[in-house]
Amino acid sequence: MEGAADLGWWGVPLALLAGAVRASTPFLFVSLGECLTEKSGRINLGLEGTLVMGAMIAYGISFLTGSPWLGVAGAAGVGLVMGALHGVICGLPRVNHIAVGIALMIFGVGLAFFLGKPLIQPSAPQLPGLALGAWSDSRAVRAALNVNALFIIGVILTFVMAWMFRSTRIGLAIRTVGDSRDAARAVGLDVKRIRLLTTAVGGAFAGVGGSFLSLYYPGSWNEGLSSGQGLMAVALVIFARWDPIKCLYASLLFGGAGALGPALQGVGISTGYYLFNATPYLLTLIVMIAASSRDRALAGAPGDLSINSSS
Amino acid sequence: MTVSNDKRAASRAILETLGVGKVFGATRALDDVTLRVAPRGIHALLGENGAGKSTLVKCLAGFHRPSSGQIMIGGRERVLRSPRDAHAAGVGMVYQHFTLAPNLTVLENLVLAVPDRNGVSARRIDWKAERARFAQQIDELPFDADLDVTVSSLSSGQKQKVEIIKQLCLGPRILILDEPTSVLTPDEADEVLGTLHEMTRDQDLAVILITHKMREVFAYADRVTVLRGGRVTGDDEIGALDADALSEMMIGEVEIAKSPERAPTAADNVLLRIENLSADNDRGVRALDDVNLTVAAGEIVGVAGVSGNGQTELAQVLAGQRRAMAGRIQVHEEVYSGTRAEISRHGMHCLPEEPLRNACVPDMSVADNLAFRHFDRPEYSLGGLFMRGAPLARRAATLMERFNVKPREPRLPMASLSGGNVQRAALARELGEDVDILVVTNPCFGLDVAAVAQIHAQLMDARNAGTAVLLISEDLDELLTLADRLVVLFEGRAVHECTREQADRRGIGQKMTGY
Ligand SMILES: Nc1ncnc2c1ncn2[C@@H]1O[C@H](COP(=O)(O)OP(=O)(O)OP(=O)(O)O)[C@@H](O)[C@H]1O
Ligand SMILES: [Mg+2]
Repeated sequence: MEGAADLGWWGVPLALLAGAVRASTPFLFVSLGECLTEKSGRINLGLEGTLVMGAMIAYGISFLTGSPWLGVAGAAGVGLVMGALHGVICGLPRVNHIAVGIALMIFGVGLAFFLGKPLIQPSAPQLPGLALGAWSDSRAVRAALNVNALFIIGVILTFVMAWMFRSTRIGLAIRTVGDSRDAARAVGLDVKRIRLLTTAVGGAFAGVGGSFLSLYYPGSWNEGLSSGQGLMAVALVIFARWDPIKCLYASLLFGGAGALGPALQGVGISTGYYLFNATPYLLTLIVMIAASSRDRALAGAPGDLSINSSS
Repeated sequence: MTVSNDKRAASRAILETLGVGKVFGATRALDDVTLRVAPRGIHALLGENGAGKSTLVKCLAGFHRPSSGQIMIGGRERVLRSPRDAHAAGVGMVYQHFTLAPNLTVLENLVLAVPDRNGVSARRIDWKAERARFAQQIDELPFDADLDVTVSSLSSGQKQKVEIIKQLCLGPRILILDEPTSVLTPDEADEVLGTLHEMTRDQDLAVILITHKMREVFAYADRVTVLRGGRVTGDDEIGALDADALSEMMIGEVEIAKSPERAPTAADNVLLRIENLSADNDRGVRALDDVNLTVAAGEIVGVAGVSGNGQTELAQVLAGQRRAMAGRIQVHEEVYSGTRAEISRHGMHCLPEEPLRNACVPDMSVADNLAFRHFDRPEYSLGGLFMRGAPLARRAATLMERFNVKPREPRLPMASLSGGNVQRAALARELGEDVDILVVTNPCFGLDVAAVAQIHAQLMDARNAGTAVLLISEDLDELLTLADRLVVLFEGRAVHECTREQADRRGIGQKMTGY
């Protein structure tokens, strides 16, 4: 963060903003994926595993083919497969989606570490940034406004998803399936198929989120790459009340919280660096506590979403 | 068209089932059922709990596939693979349990129910056009609904009307209603059934009506078919039948439990005292407002009111499922907050409304569900840690026997029981042992005549034996037969109180609607 230094204290908010945009991208993709899945009444806790698998596959493909975008596509593909796997298993009788999610999370992380061993050393071509700050003379501003295309795609996706839920038949069908299985079945919707679809596509989003980690920021493949973004996204979706647009804001907030440590370090404050790095986790806890209430149902929660529902 | 042609057209059935059977695992729910429904008029389908009524109509609505037999609609055989197929064939159905998505608006529920030509597509919904279209359709129907409210904020009666509107918007030739009136007040029931009755006179509409209320059958039905144990035991024009003949077709020679006498009790030992109680509903809106109420040993206190006036919240607070925002509850003159320890120490039992949702775990077995109140008692657990299977199973079997829960199969999941049998199982758990205080909400929802008599007898027995009973019910007749004292809830307030002797039907009906 040497760029922030020449703006003095002004560098802190700028670095925070830049850091928020950068660190929020994986949050954004995973939370959009989780939001889509949960809207249909199912929870996929396996997205952490999908995220890590996506990161590994994207890095591998980018290294082998030289094209980072192919890597992103590969990550989406592997996420789709893992999501579909979750969807298919949950479609079996007497299966609990939480347990399946946890199993797939551990499986995904383990498999990625196993297959990714040879990828720790080599360096793969990275995703390019878009220099939105080219107009400015300040190095700090230019560094801060160097935005990755995936972030922009994520923002577009956010609005597309919000629009889909609000104004399309498929969106309405997903909401109905998530709100009441019986209602959905009574109007002839195929509950299992719709949930399979949303879980698979949700997985693909998470895979793309993973590719951002290995191909842009931090931008390498190692076993400490993900720091629980996949799990925090579940809290984030609750915080965002199952609304894609609020998912975007919440991702920026969580991303900003993650950027607090590095931004302060950039202006020379390094005491409590690790403490500041813990802000996202703290934020998760605060969100969960604030969202819980014994008197009131959670506004906006899909009615059929519960930890023991099957099918 | 000649006269004879006309006649034949009139006698031709719009819907026929030929030898329809349905098997669930080891249960034979339907056995060789043959039913003929005329193109116009109301056809009542009667039978005791578990007779197979819901199963039969679910086959007609494409929800279940029959295991054998044929379904003919409009003179052609149809294979109904899904509710969509049934819609396409002109069959619409209102299920026994609500099937509206609670967090969606009425309009959203309607839009999805009317299938798009292209099925579920990514096509944009033109909300303005849809609103105009449904507003116009509803205008032509004799029912009313506000399109923009969320379903969960509607009362049961309004929800039922939306369910019916939803089906009528599809322009069905056959409309099936599975116990539509169990959630309605008598006035609402008359309004709904009267309207449908007229519609079946004016247009080609056949209504299949499942109900346990004989009054409705004789007032509105044209023809009756009776099921028992999955078989047809009677089928005739309504004019040819009387109440005794019907009840014999439904339950055979079984004796209906006589209501035991109301024994004189002192009713001066107050067991349950509610003082200035206030509570909020799920949306954080005040639902119970400063309610005072006492129930003494050997007394049934009835709580009357149109659904949605705070009854649910009152029962939940007493069951420990909801926090009171103000006021206090005393049981045995001790402060009570609804913990499991207090509930068991005071012998307090509660039956909430919709027990399948609010008092049972649908995917767990009947035996497990029956054990919730006592699985941690010494006689059923080893050191409070391990459950003892055998005594629990024996107890479950005894309870199912006493309360006549069918099928007598404790290992079936609760959700597979018929509507009335779920209610019986839940009652068995709450009434199955000595209780000091009993809070019951709509205990006879969806029960057949024999079961209603049995439950009423049991409530009266409990009262005579010194239990304090708080009976929350939407059925004014039930309250007038059972209660010693009546309290009317309106918008969360206890607006009226009277003794059994003072009670007058019309006055209470007016208080219930806020006059
Ligand atoms: N999904 C299912 N799985 C297993 N058994 C079932 C299932 N659905 C119904 N049954 C059984 O089929 C029988 C008939 O049930 P059904 O729901 O048709 O009764 P009903 O006549 O509608 O009774 P009620 O008046 O209580 O609603 C019952 O014995 C019930 O336990
Ligand atoms: Mg039924």
